[in-house]
Amino acid sequence: MNILFFAALRETLGESLEVDVTPPLTVSELRQALAEALPEHASLFAPARTLSAVNQTICQGDTLINAGDEVAFFPPVTGG
Amino acid sequence: MDHISVQANDFALQQEYDALTAQSGENGAVVCFTGLVRELGVTDQTIAMEIEHYPGMTEKSLKAIAAQARQRWPLSQVRIIHRVGRLETGDQIVFVGVSSQHRDAAFDACRFLMDYLKTEAPFWKKEITAEGELWVEANEKDAIAKEKWEKN
Repeated sequence: MNILFFAALRETLGESLEVDVTPPLTVSELRQALAEALPEHASLFAPARTLSAVNQTICQGDTLINAGDEVAFFPPVTGG
Repeated sequence: MDHISVQANDFALQQEYDALTAQSGENGAVVCFTGLVRELGVTDQTIAMEIEHYPGMTEKSLKAIAAQARQRWPLSQVRIIHRVGRLETGDQIVFVGVSSQHRDAAFDACRFLMDYLKTEAPFWKKEITAEGELWVEANEKDAIAKEKWEKN
């Protein structure tokens, strides 16, 4: 599954990352998988620090990710 | 009609006002807000800001915010512009303009749109100073401003 990153996460992890997970899985499960795949950056995937979006809509941990969904992680937003 | 634009280019207030007042026979009010890049004082003097967004999601999010405002108030036109890329201190960064029959709806909707834009639309600001670069942290005051609308 390909994961997109923005802002500070993009600078640390790159624009996107291919993770070895099998959908369907929840956002929480994906956070866990990312923390395990990138142990040196595990804290970045804590829900308090990083928002998640599935198909361009902000999602909570129980949201289910299906094959082909667009998944992104990014910091709290600071526009305006 | 909603006009949503995420763009690098600057915008002209007169042009936006003209668009808001076009065919406005029944509108009695136009309210516009313009946000400027300011010195944040997080570090040393701000030289510039770099604004990043999530292409696709940002536009979708702004459209959803405009739709929410329309559910609350009878609005004629809604125009939202947000600039991205490098902007200097004093540059225009965001524009929200609405037209409506009455001023209460126009004032409230304009404020609502800004409060939601600041907390929901995927934009990120990076402050550039002589000392270096620093991502701007989300502001709790913005979250509180948005929560007020959720109670009403």
